[in-house]
Amino acid sequence: MSLQKRNKDERVLSIRDLNISFETSSGMVKAIRGVRMDLYRGETIAIVGESGSGKSVTVKTIMGIMASNGRIDSGTINYTFTNENGERETVDLTKMTQKEIRYRFNGKHIAMVFQDPMTSLDPTMTIGRQIMEPILLHENVSKEEAQARALKLLEEVGIENPEKRFKQYPHQLSGGMRQRVVIAIALSCNPDMLICDEPTTALDVTIQAKILELIQKLQKEHNIAVIYITHDLGVVAKVADYVDVMYAGRIIEKGDVNEIFYDPRHPYTWGLLASMPDTDTDSKRLFAIPGTPPNLLERIEGDAFAPRNPYALAIDYKAEPPMYNVGGKHRVASWLCDPRAPKVNPPEQLMERMKKMRTESAKYDND
Amino acid sequence: MTTIDYNAEPLLHVEGLKQHFKISRTYTTKAVDGISFDIYQGETYGLVGESGSGKSTTGRAIIRLYDPTDGKIIFDGHDISGKLSKEDEAYLRQNMQMIFQDPMACLNPRKKVKEIIAQGLQIHHLYSSQEELDEKVNRILDKVGLSREHATRYPQQFSGGQRQRIGIARALVMNPKLVIADEAISALDVSIQAQVVNLMKDLQDELGTTYLFIAHDLSMVKYISDRIGVMHLGHIVETGTTEEIFSNPIHPYTRSLLSAIPHPNPIVEKSRVSLEYNKEKEGVDYTKGTVHNLTKTHYVLATDEEFEKWSKIAAEHPDVF
Repeated sequence: MSLQKRNKDERVLSIRDLNISFETSSGMVKAIRGVRMDLYRGETIAIVGESGSGKSVTVKTIMGIMASNGRIDSGTINYTFTNENGERETVDLTKMTQKEIRYRFNGKHIAMVFQDPMTSLDPTMTIGRQIMEPILLHENVSKEEAQARALKLLEEVGIENPEKRFKQYPHQLSGGMRQRVVIAIALSCNPDMLICDEPTTALDVTIQAKILELIQKLQKEHNIAVIYITHDLGVVAKVADYVDVMYAGRIIEKGDVNEIFYDPRHPYTWGLLASMPDTDTDSKRLFAIPGTPPNLLERIEGDAFAPRNPYALAIDYKAEPPMYNVGGKHRVASWLCDPRAPKVNPPEQLMERMKKMRTESAKYDND
Repeated sequence: MTTIDYNAEPLLHVEGLKQHFKISRTYTTKAVDGISFDIYQGETYGLVGESGSGKSTTGRAIIRLYDPTDGKIIFDGHDISGKLSKEDEAYLRQNMQMIFQDPMACLNPRKKVKEIIAQGLQIHHLYSSQEELDEKVNRILDKVGLSREHATRYPQQFSGGQRQRIGIARALVMNPKLVIADEAISALDVSIQAQVVNLMKDLQDELGTTYLFIAHDLSMVKYISDRIGVMHLGHIVETGTTEEIFSNPIHPYTRSLLSAIPHPNPIVEKSRVSLEYNKEKEGVDYTKGTVHNLTKTHYVLATDEEFEKWSKIAAEHPDVF
C-alpha cells in the first residue's frame, strides 16, 4: 500500500478547530464541534458517520454551499492551490464569503460529486452542453476546443459511443451512466480536490464497484485529493487511505485505513464495524448499537456517545474525552484510552472477525 | 428458531408470473417476464437484483397493487391471480402485508401513530371494542420496541429507524401470514439497519411470519434469508438456499453480484477487482434458457451449452470473493 510520508508542500487542505452551528426555529444546533483534518495531494480521506453526524456540513462549508442559517463560530480552513501565475497560494476559506468561494474555486479547483445523479444533472440540457459549461466558464477556450475536451472526458469516464451520448439528455441514460457524466463534469477543469458525497448510495452494487474503480483510476492519473463521505464501511475499505469517524459533530477516531479496520479503539467504531453483516460469518444475531444519535439541540454533557455506549465509564457522563494519541496516525477520543481506564475488549463478534480479517489479508500480503 | 417444512404445501406459489407495462402503442416494458418460485411457511425468501430487474414489481404484483399480465399466484390455497373474488380479496388484504422502503413517505403525516397502526384493523373490523383495539395497538408497539407514549405522536416526530418500526408494526398488527419487505432497510443508517433486521428476525421467531425480503444489499440478504432468488431483467436467473448461492454460484450474473459486495477489509479489498457481466457481450438470451437443477433447491436458468460452460467456470474458480 502506498502510504508514503506526507510532504508538507503537497498539502491541499488543513482544517483546524472548526465549529459550526445552525440557527433553527427550535434553537441553536451545534453541528460541528472542533473538527481537525488534513488532506494531501493524491490521498483519499473517508469521513464515516450516521446521518446528522456532521459529515456533509463539513464538506459543504469547504464548497461554500452551507445552508444560509449556518454560522462558522471559530476555526480555520486553509486551502492551498496553484494560482494563475503557477504559484502555490494558501487562503483561509472561513474568512471568505460563500459567494467568493463559489466564484473562485468551485468547479475549477474544488469539484463535487453528489449522491443522486438524477437531481444533480439538468434535465433540460444535453449532457454534452453540461460538460462544456464549466470549461467555457472557467477557461478561456473556444467552443470547439471545449467540445473536443468534453468528448475526451466522456471517453475517459468509460462511456461508449461518446459522440452519440454527447447529444442525449440525462433521462436517456441509466443511473450508472449519469453518475459517470457527473464525474466527467467534476473533472472537466482539472480540479486538485474532489469531494464525493455518497457517490454510490443511489446505485446498484455492481455499478457501485465500477464507479469506485473509475474514481480511483482517475484520481491516480490526475493526482487529485479525494474526500469521500459515506456510511458504507465496505466502500471505505476499498478506496480510503485515511478514515475519520464522526459522531455528533466531532471526529471521535481517525487514522489510516489499516489502523481503523484492524485495530479500532472507540466503542462507536466497534459498533459500526460489528453491525456490518459479513458475508462469511454465520452468526445468528447482528450486533446493533442500541438507541439513536443524540439531539444536537440539547447541550451535550460529557461524551456524546455515552448513552449508547455499553462500555461507558462514570467520567463519560461528566467530561468530554480529549484526543488520545495511540501511536502512528491513530487518534481516539475516548476515555477508554486513558492510562487510568480499565482495559476492555471489543465485542466478541468483532474480535472474531478481526482475527479472520488478519489471516485473510496475510494471504494477500505475500503476493 | 422455527423449522421450515419444505415438503408441505408452499404458502405462496408463483408460476409463470408476467407483468408487462404498455408504454406506447409499439413499446411494452416486460418488467417481469415469466418467473416461478415458491415460498414456504415460516421462511424468509430473499429477492435480489439490480434496479430495473423487476424485483419490486414482483412484490407489487403478488400483493396485487398491479394486475399481472399472465401467470398464476396461489396464496395459502387461494388463487389470487386474475380477477379477485370478494372473499379472496378480503383474505389477501388481511393476510399479506407490505413494509415499504421509505419510512418518511409511507406514513400519513396527518395521522397519529395509533391511527396509522389501527387503520387496517378498523377496515377489516378485527376488534369488538375500543379497548380491544387500543390493547392490540399497544401490544404491537411494545413488540417493535416503541413505547406506549409514542402512540399519540405524529410520524414526523420520529427518527428514520423509529418510523420503520411503525411501518413494521402497521404490517404485523394484522397478524399476516406473509410480509413483503420491499427494500425495508436501505434508507436507514448502518447502525439502525442492524436494529431493524434483528427486530424482523425476532418477530419471525415469535410469530412465525413468512417474509419476502426484496433488497439489493446482498450481505444483508444473506444474513436474513433462508433461500435467495437472483433476478435480472425480469427473470430469476438463479435460486437456491443462501448457503448454495454464496458457496456455489453458477450464473455469471450471480457471480458478478457477489464479487461486487465490498468487504470491510482494506488490504483484501484494495487488491480485488469485481467481475464483470454483460448479457449482450456473452450473447445470453434469458427467454431461451430452461431451468437446470443442481440440487433439489438450487437451480439456474440457462440453455444446455451455457449451463455446461458456466458450471465449468464455477468449478475452476470457486472463489468469487
